[in-house]
Amino acid sequence: MTVADDDRECAEAAAKDPNALPAPTYKSLAAPVTKSVDKFALLPAFLKVRGLVKEHIDSFNYFITKGIRNIVKANNRIEARNDPSIFLRYNNVRVGAPSVQVEYIAENITPHFCRLTDRTYSAPVIADIEWTVGKQYDLKRKPQFIIGYLPIMLRSHTCVLNGKDEAELARYGECPLDPGGYFVVKGTEKVILIQEQLSKNRIIIDTDSKGRVIASVTSSTHEIKSKTVIFMEKDKIYLQLNQFTKSIPIIVVMKAMGMESDQEVVQMVGRDPRYGDLLYPSIQECAFERIYTQKQALQYMDDKVMYPGAGNQKEGRSKSILRDVFVAHVPVNNGNFRPKCIYTAVMLRRMMDAILNADTFDDKDYVGNKRLELSGQLISLLFEDLFKTMNSNAVELLNKATEKIHSSPLDLSLHIKTDIITNGLERAISTGNWDIKRFRMHRKGVSQVLSRLSYMASLGYMTRITPQFEKTRKTSGPRALQPSQWGMLCPCDTPEGEACGLTKNLALLTHVTTDQEEGPLMNLCYNLGVEDLSHLSGEEIHASYSFLVMFNGLILGKHRQPQRFANAMRMLRRSGKIGEFVSIFVNEKQHCIHIASDGGRVCRPLIIADKGISRVKEHHMKELRDGIRSFDDFLRDGLIEYLDVNEENNALIALYEHEDQDDVQRSSITHIEIEPLTILGVVAGLIPYPHHNQSPRNTYQCAMGKQAMGNVAYNQLFRADSLLYLLVYAQRPLLTTKTIELVGYDKLGAGQNATVAVMSFTGYDIEDAIVMNKSSLDRGFGRCIAMKKYTVTKEKYDGGFSDRIVKPQRGKDGALLKQNMRALDEDGFAAPGQIIRNHDIYVNKQTPKNTNRGSGPPLTDRDYKDSPAVYKGVDGETTVVDRVMLCSDTNDRLIIKCIIRHTRRPEVGDKFSSRHGQKGVCGTIVQQEDFPFSERGICPDLIMNPHGFPSRMTIGKMIELLGGKAGVSSGQFHYGSAFGEPSGNADTVEDISYTLVKHGFSYNGKDLLYSGIVGHPVQSYIFMGPIYYQKLKHMVIDKMHARASGPRVLLTRQPTEGRSRDGGLRLGEMERDCLIAYGASMLIFERLLISSDPYQVQVCRKCGLLGYYNHKLKTSYCSMCKNGENMAKMRMPYACKLLFQELQAMNVVPRLKLTEG
Amino acid sequence: MPKKGTKSTKGTDDEPQQQQNKLPDHLELQRTRVICKAGAPTHTEGFQYSGAYAAMGVDTSVSVDKFCMNFKVEVKRLTEDDMEFDMIGVDASIANAFRRILIAEVPTMAIEKVFMVDNTSVIADEVLSHRLGLIPLDADPRLFDYMSENDVPNERNTIVYKLHVSCQKGSPRLTVKSGQLEWLPEGSQLNMAAPAQSGNKQKTYTSFSQSQKDISKESLGVKFKDITIARLGPGQAIELEAHAVKGIGKVHAKWSPVATAWYKMLPEVVLLKEIKDDDAEKLVKKCPVNVFDIEDLGNGEKRAVVTKPRSCTLCRECVMGPSEEQVRLTRVRDHFIFTIESTGALPPEVLFTEAVKILEEKCERVISELS
Repeated sequence: MTVADDDRECAEAAAKDPNALPAPTYKSLAAPVTKSVDKFALLPAFLKVRGLVKEHIDSFNYFITKGIRNIVKANNRIEARNDPSIFLRYNNVRVGAPSVQVEYIAENITPHFCRLTDRTYSAPVIADIEWTVGKQYDLKRKPQFIIGYLPIMLRSHTCVLNGKDEAELARYGECPLDPGGYFVVKGTEKVILIQEQLSKNRIIIDTDSKGRVIASVTSSTHEIKSKTVIFMEKDKIYLQLNQFTKSIPIIVVMKAMGMESDQEVVQMVGRDPRYGDLLYPSIQECAFERIYTQKQALQYMDDKVMYPGAGNQKEGRSKSILRDVFVAHVPVNNGNFRPKCIYTAVMLRRMMDAILNADTFDDKDYVGNKRLELSGQLISLLFEDLFKTMNSNAVELLNKATEKIHSSPLDLSLHIKTDIITNGLERAISTGNWDIKRFRMHRKGVSQVLSRLSYMASLGYMTRITPQFEKTRKTSGPRALQPSQWGMLCPCDTPEGEACGLTKNLALLTHVTTDQEEGPLMNLCYNLGVEDLSHLSGEEIHASYSFLVMFNGLILGKHRQPQRFANAMRMLRRSGKIGEFVSIFVNEKQHCIHIASDGGRVCRPLIIADKGISRVKEHHMKELRDGIRSFDDFLRDGLIEYLDVNEENNALIALYEHEDQDDVQRSSITHIEIEPLTILGVVAGLIPYPHHNQSPRNTYQCAMGKQAMGNVAYNQLFRADSLLYLLVYAQRPLLTTKTIELVGYDKLGAGQNATVAVMSFTGYDIEDAIVMNKSSLDRGFGRCIAMKKYTVTKEKYDGGFSDRIVKPQRGKDGALLKQNMRALDEDGFAAPGQIIRNHDIYVNKQTPKNTNRGSGPPLTDRDYKDSPAVYKGVDGETTVVDRVMLCSDTNDRLIIKCIIRHTRRPEVGDKFSSRHGQKGVCGTIVQQEDFPFSERGICPDLIMNPHGFPSRMTIGKMIELLGGKAGVSSGQFHYGSAFGEPSGNADTVEDISYTLVKHGFSYNGKDLLYSGIVGHPVQSYIFMGPIYYQKLKHMVIDKMHARASGPRVLLTRQPTEGRSRDGGLRLGEMERDCLIAYGASMLIFERLLISSDPYQVQVCRKCGLLGYYNHKLKTSYCSMCKNGENMAKMRMPYACKLLFQELQAMNVVPRLKLTEG
Repeated sequence: MPKKGTKSTKGTDDEPQQQQNKLPDHLELQRTRVICKAGAPTHTEGFQYSGAYAAMGVDTSVSVDKFCMNFKVEVKRLTEDDMEFDMIGVDASIANAFRRILIAEVPTMAIEKVFMVDNTSVIADEVLSHRLGLIPLDADPRLFDYMSENDVPNERNTIVYKLHVSCQKGSPRLTVKSGQLEWLPEGSQLNMAAPAQSGNKQKTYTSFSQSQKDISKESLGVKFKDITIARLGPGQAIELEAHAVKGIGKVHAKWSPVATAWYKMLPEVVLLKEIKDDDAEKLVKKCPVNVFDIEDLGNGEKRAVVTKPRSCTLCRECVMGPSEEQVRLTRVRDHFIFTIESTGALPPEVLFTEAVKILEEKCERVISELS
């Protein structure tokens, strides 16, 4: 098949499948097959199926389809406390379509409508309820009962955007490239960030701050969350639980759980005499305490319980703690403590392994020991809490009602306050505070406003992972790059400064799992030969040939042929019989097989290889390109599988299929990477040749790419963001990467291809400054639009009064009363398209003079006072009213949103950056005729100083220049994907140089330039070519500030602070110190008094207190001495006078002793 | 005025005048050539001082006679919007002066003020005006005066254009092209907002006393009719009036009469030794612009010769590599290949004469200031 055929087929495929998300064109991606199979096409296929933020959407979908049902099912019946037969039951809970109640009619809403009208994009949670009414217990049913409104994640199952094609999305006012995965709450877009935490229900062996070896388990079940710690101190092993005041010897715990014989304990741990030696002091201690039986042990523990009063008195407090709190996730059925004993023994054994062999310590930073909590799980916690609160509130109200009025029928459904859930969810998402008392959860900043500074910024938010622990700690361990992050988390994209290394980002192909049902998997394990432990003795459990099978942290049993079992499980997974995200991990060191199906594990797809030979063959890829095969087919046919971090340890993953058939290593290869570039994330993916750069440069670019101006979304001009920066002529980069095409950065670029000459020029280019060509700026380079939103509310007051908006007041001759009304239209709002200047009115509003007068006669014109909204802008700049939007908010007030647009051309001091962490400000702007020009008449757009290169070592930027130059001369886009040279996803410098020479350039990209000032050639060849430059959001016009005299603070009469208040520049303590050291006393005096807050006071020389000046009598007077005889004038700072008076108010007498005057 | 062909002053003897003392070869090379080595060009600046070689009895001073004797202009290519000519026998500073004047100081007409009546398109008013400003106009700037701050727009300093396009509801998207700008020779049609004084006719934004059709024989349209100005969706419309005034490129690039104007020094390629057979083949292959060719010497022997030195783009492939120098790439210091790409208001050759006039004016000003 020819390439042309391919294209046609692809076009057809694209036409057939309308919801092809960023729809990377196969034409560009189906590069000619090089050596082995070109697997790149798998990437767009994967993203087509999964999308860029699939983990968020998957997690939320899980919540609305399964999670919410489970929560409601678990608490579906509520009953009155004193009469259990008065009840209410929820059945068949579900989430409806996103809608809003307008006058008792549900109206369907779209996300963009919510964004514009400051509403919450939420859908009703509907349940069928049945309940009893009154003492007669009449059973009533109501099928469509709304228990609350749930904010809906965009592009989730219930979202109206789900499965819509580009045209339909456009009709909804939505951008097709927007990935979704966030919420719209009160008009703002909120992302619930991915939360990173230590995995639950797993044994972690570690050392604590005192250097003790500890084994800890954080148990988490639906009922309880607890932390169990077993530690070794002075050779003895203890248990630590919050419920006990002191730590308890572990043997006592074992005895309390019914393992009375010491021999059994030792056998359970293991027969190896070394274990016995380690255990001996603990056993001895137990014997010293004279504890031999279960009863004695329980008694011993009862004395150490923290709150002895509570709990089940009959069986003893400590027994219930052991049952419900101690390793809570291990179930105790019918009082059978044996599983818990085995679990404890395994913990002990692992601990002793660690003591004997330090290699077996667990690493807390290992990604396999981490779980990511996604929006679905977080909302589910919140919903569970709110649902329970709502129900208990209803019961409470019912009880109150029974006490008060006996006549009204007892109806639980009347007491259900649905706004508990609605408001609770809305508040949590809009503030980001997750305060759930029930689960002892107090988290701040869980949700954040989705930044719409650039397309990359919003994508970056969706992949961000925030850590749980506080950032202040100076630890380096968690910040370091973990080898296990390979392919899962982006090694480049992390912020600088305090959150460095803690806040991470997902890599391109990472998927985060959701919970999967455990029951069938457990049964399957037993069917595959896992032996239940209840029939086995300790001796048999730890037999050398057998492996323990752990399922989601629970000990399922043991297996005699671990490898065979693992292979069988994997076979089932590959054939699609069990979920594709189930991980099977054989841990040889621990003699364990870990099977995991829990949510929050990170995993990624890999190609399966049989003895190093890829299962994906050329014909598969052809089918994919032809559109016959989808990514899911690859999964189903067992060609590709997902591996999580733990299972990766059982795999040998090659980057590429090995050529050499007889390579010894080759036979042990089990998997092949889909593409090496996928180890980077979305934001790092737009750097060309990142593998040629010094690594921190890529990290810097990841931070700066989010500040670059460009196109935000297709609907950017119809959005009402409070601040929006757009580039007027945004371009796609000449030197692209595959990631750029995959994520759609080529459609929503944030930068321009500037011809850069690397040379020294004018001296205004030192310290990374850039010299810019004035003609380029004239022609639109770097021109940007800043749109700012100003909101005015037409307030309503008691008595039916409200603000009013009046047309501009005019004099008799029809001229405006005030000049600052010139932007107003006849309706009292600024007219779109009008030029608006500083101090102009944009909404001519009037407020009633008396707002709290209650009801009364209608107001006349005289009862209103002017309260116009005045635009505060920069003097001398022309800003334009872009749009005026009117809508009503949830309280039915009129909201006026004025969007004011400012088009800016670059000026000296504006910040620019290339894609290689090379930022710089514009140092000067030079006329084109002064700029150097090449023999072909090419004149650069900007000049960069060569000193930017040696210390930064951004070779990638140089290759970008070469590639861009070759690209413009040959008329094609060159690629610079990460690690892409072997697979043809990045052009090599050799190829680029060859192209350059073919078009008459020097192979090294250096041209002969003529000086534009004197006219002769420049003394060296100049490295010149196009580089993609980003204009960053930091612009001089927003920051520049100076003042001579200006406003002062009312209280102290000192100049105000800060640019926004036109404040003064403070001469601080250190500056003052300098002046003192220099001896410039008059300058200090001038700065600190005369130019700040001078004040004249009358001081009584006798009592030393401040008096006052009587203007009538023209004398000064001391109110302490009751005369005006000994008064003197002096100047002091007003703040000082204020201090004296404040001290006097506190009964402290400050007396001034004057030496003269 | 250099129309076509050759313009040379006083005699056409190509031979440089015989000096009584000649410089040694290497110095002569340094004096007259920029040597483009593989790593860096050398002797780029040359010597300005007239007595630099006085010790050797060579006088390099500038005199009008010498200049008149040596100066030559040869037009190589001349089309409607661009031209290439050789300017021989001047210093780089002179050539550069022309280039700078062409870019920044030769006036043209460009749209400076835009009066928006209606703009419901997605493109913002300022951006639309900016785009309009950059459209090259087909108006001879010599017919117009500069408009200073206090001037009233009249037929001598302002050209008025109208753009009124709308996209009907239900029709497909519309692209607004520069050709849709309509010249209003009678001046503005927009009435000033000031309250109407009944009686005499409405005051507009211009006060034309005669039609511009009397001033210019040709219509003052846009040069290129296919420049996209904006795109309109169904139901969108643009109505505006644009006023073009005279200006120079120094103020804004829209007034620059050239897309670009530049020169390069004449490339000269010299074979330092005889290159034969395989080496010759290799050399010919190396050059992407075919500067070299092979001459058959008969009896199977081949020799490399330089056939098209003028097309050398200085890729330096022929001088790179470890082998000893066999080719010398140089640039002739006083021979400029000058290219002017006009944006259309004036033909390139006229632009150049305009530039000459401006330089002349400047010189006169200097002389008058000095005296």
